[in-house]
Amino acid sequence: MNPQLLQLICFYAFGLVTVAGALSVISMKNTVHAVLSLVLTFFSAACLWMLLEAEFLALALIVVYVGAVMVLFLFVVMMLDIDHEKMREGFVKFLPVGLIVAVVMLVEMLGLIGVRSMQAQVLGANPALAEGMSNTQWLGHALYTKFLLPFEIAALILTVGVVAAVALTLRERSDARHVAPGDQVKVDPRSRIRIVKMDAVRPEPPAVAEEPQS
Amino acid sequence: MISLAHYIVLGAVLFCIAVAGLFINRKNVIVLLMSIELMLLAVNMNFVAFSRFLGDAAGQVFVFFILTVAAAEAAIGLAILVLLFRTRSTINIADIDSMKG
Amino acid sequence: MGLSTSILLTIALAPLAGCLLAGFFGRFIGRVGAHCVTILGVAISCALSFYVLYQLTAGGAPTYNENLYTWFQIGPFNASVGFMVDRLTGMMLVVVSFVSLLVHLYTIGYMDGDPGYKRFFAYISLFTFSMFMLVMSNNFMQLFFGWEAVGLVSYLLIGFWYKKPTAIFANLKAFLVNRVGDFGFLLGIAGVLYFLHTLDYTTAFEAAPSLVGRTLQITAGTQWDASTVVCICLFIGAMGKSAQVPLHVWLPDSMEGPTPISALIHAATMVTAGIFMVARMSPLFELSSTALSFVLVIGATGALFTGLIGIVQNDIKRVVAYSTLSQLGYMTVALGVSMYSGAVFHLMTHAFFKALLFLGAGSVIIAMHHEQDMRYMGGLRKYMPITWITMWIGSLALVAIPFTSGFYSKDAIIEAVGESHRWGAGYAYFCVMAGALVTGLYTFRQMYLTFHGKERFTVVAHHGHGHDSHDDHGHHEPGVLEHAPKESPWVVTVPLVLLAIPSLLVGFFTVGPMLFGGWFGNAIHVEEANNVLAEMAGEFHGAAAMALHGFTQLPFFLVLAAFAICTYIYLFNIALADRIKTALKPLWTVLDRKYWIDNVYFALFAKGGVALGRGFWKAGEATVIDGAMVNGSVGVVHRIAATVRRLQSGYLYHYVFAMILGLILLLGGYWLIGSAPVGQ
Repeated sequence: MNPQLLQLICFYAFGLVTVAGALSVISMKNTVHAVLSLVLTFFSAACLWMLLEAEFLALALIVVYVGAVMVLFLFVVMMLDIDHEKMREGFVKFLPVGLIVAVVMLVEMLGLIGVRSMQAQVLGANPALAEGMSNTQWLGHALYTKFLLPFEIAALILTVGVVAAVALTLRERSDARHVAPGDQVKVDPRSRIRIVKMDAVRPEPPAVAEEPQS
Repeated sequence: MISLAHYIVLGAVLFCIAVAGLFINRKNVIVLLMSIELMLLAVNMNFVAFSRFLGDAAGQVFVFFILTVAAAEAAIGLAILVLLFRTRSTINIADIDSMKG
Repeated sequence: MGLSTSILLTIALAPLAGCLLAGFFGRFIGRVGAHCVTILGVAISCALSFYVLYQLTAGGAPTYNENLYTWFQIGPFNASVGFMVDRLTGMMLVVVSFVSLLVHLYTIGYMDGDPGYKRFFAYISLFTFSMFMLVMSNNFMQLFFGWEAVGLVSYLLIGFWYKKPTAIFANLKAFLVNRVGDFGFLLGIAGVLYFLHTLDYTTAFEAAPSLVGRTLQITAGTQWDASTVVCICLFIGAMGKSAQVPLHVWLPDSMEGPTPISALIHAATMVTAGIFMVARMSPLFELSSTALSFVLVIGATGALFTGLIGIVQNDIKRVVAYSTLSQLGYMTVALGVSMYSGAVFHLMTHAFFKALLFLGAGSVIIAMHHEQDMRYMGGLRKYMPITWITMWIGSLALVAIPFTSGFYSKDAIIEAVGESHRWGAGYAYFCVMAGALVTGLYTFRQMYLTFHGKERFTVVAHHGHGHDSHDDHGHHEPGVLEHAPKESPWVVTVPLVLLAIPSLLVGFFTVGPMLFGGWFGNAIHVEEANNVLAEMAGEFHGAAAMALHGFTQLPFFLVLAAFAICTYIYLFNIALADRIKTALKPLWTVLDRKYWIDNVYFALFAKGGVALGRGFWKAGEATVIDGAMVNGSVGVVHRIAATVRRLQSGYLYHYVFAMILGLILLLGGYWLIGSAPVGQ
């Protein structure tokens, strides 16, 4: 079969799944189902990126996003005790408004972007291959040379994220004891101990019990 | 013949679905956060597509960073959510209105 | 050998020093100290004024015109303190200082025992200082300063007994009516500045001919002659200050003040400031015969009609007040026929005999324990001979019996009006002639009611609450005195005598030089065409001849007729007075109500002002400012805030929706404006 035609069919298939997944994320009653739908969406998106020969990012999406972030979501969802019945009230009421807003936005975006002109641009040669390296190498080249500073900053952001997350949710155990060395060292001996002058007193030897003479 | 337009449209559709999700759901903060992740996904789709079609690596590098930031943001967002749940015992957005004027 | 600056400054500042010492340090120097220090100040000024006048006449000193201190200078506009002392000024200085000195002396007797004794002396010294600054000024700015200052002191003195409600009413009335005049005066000064670009007298008068032919547009489309407008505006100031109709209403009410100030301010000096000002501005007034006709008609109306009111007055001071109004009308008439020296001459003689009449009335009031109603007097000549004789001398001068000072000045005016060809001169001639009869009527009526005839008061010895002689203010029965009237102390009678002398003699000796001898020199400027005095000079053969000729003139006959009528009625047939009053009741009512002018002013301006203020308060302030602007803006802000705050619902999804809406709007905006899309 024509490889391009195959590509197109794949694109549509994956695209459909992505959209369906997105729709079910926002409309699922059960939150866990919603999270799982999101996982599906990300998978499909990754496949779409594979089509574009951006393998690294596709796999990064799966590993990082699905593997870490979505799992985190699942953790939280399952940790929180959510009352499901009350959750569904009011959904139908706001659906029309949301739909209209979304449609309007879609029309505007497409009109603004100028879809017709972009239809002319077809998928061409892989630029990475053109330079004789794989996608990962290509990405790495750009990342570690031109974008080194943002890379470092990204690392910092992650650090900050870790610290922030822990700091926010940390609960002190009320019965935990710990040492505060600073306070210990600051103590003034004179506030703990008082020396009193006393005469030396020689204690009386203890009265020896008379041994019964037997 | 996949063209740039395909990917752009897809990205736009995903974005709009996510936006709708932001305010359709009145009850669940977690769906809110997930809608935000969907929006980021839509944007990433755009970036990757442009990077491929224009032959510039910068697009994919940017996706890299968006991924990073999204992860950090998800972590902190969920931490806040957990805190919220601790104090309020509910994740119903309609109940969280103490900032009203 | 010119005039010395330090002498002139001393003349001006000595009374001021007296005022400050008596005013601020009265507590330390006591009553005697207060009157001594003020009398000393005014006496120094008086002596120096005589010396200056001597220097200007016999000593041949030239006119003194110097700027002593420049207050500020903005571009061409210069405001400075300066003196211009020529013979006109010199004469005014002598008159003012002499009368002021005598009034100061008189006050020792009149205000004896009054709690405000020291304050009074401070005020009359302050007045003397202000009047000096006014007459010695060499520019319009200082003139206006003196003008306002004398108005202020008049206000303070009319309301001297400030606990009396009538006194407060009167002083406010005086001040407000004066204000109306001052407004016109300011407009006139502004006109001078605008057209002549200077406020200095000499420069302005030199530039004055440039006013001829220039016009001013006041109402849309019509051009008004500039000199007429400026002169009329200046005269409006004189109308206020010199109590011309219709701004005369304050002067009878000003009798609420103590008699010494009635003599000083409202007879001899302050009210003559307007006359002096017009005489000083003669170079300007001569440019506009319209303005002078206006002056003439106003003066004539005042001369006759205010005199008529004087006939029906019962308060002894009010008669003299209306007499003053009438005589001011005569002076204004003289100004109107371009007889400036005649007006100023009458000003001088009038100062003496009118001050005499007021002080004499005050002496009577003291003797009658502050009873001022003439219906309760009578036969006082037995008790107060000096007052009686001096007042007769003053009265004779007032009615212009030949050989008295009043005769020379008044008859000269009447003749000048007869000779003048100005528009309105015919009407004025009738008024001043009829005024001679009217003057005689009220003067003789006053003298007979007060000093002659049967006594209409009773003496009842009161063993009441030992009050001193100054506590009347309404709680004594009219016509009942504690002890018989007696002659006033020497501090009261000596000024009377000292004023009687010039009332008799000064006219005889000064009429020749002042009116016909060009005594004023360049101070007064008269166009040849208007110079009636020059025409009259042909017939002047000396003061004695003029007096003898006066016996044959109509004014004298009118006075004789008035004398006959009054003598018959008040000495022999006093019931006839009441019968005439009943028969002519409507006419009497018109005069008694002062032509209802006061009522019109009160209803229109006073009540109108109050209504306007109330309207502004209710509608303007309460409704518009408080209601709409202040409370309204609060309400609007409140309502906007209440609406806007609903946006802050606290719900996350509302905020998100708002953000998305904004985004949609932005996108739509971009799309419409057509920001270049990617592609092509």
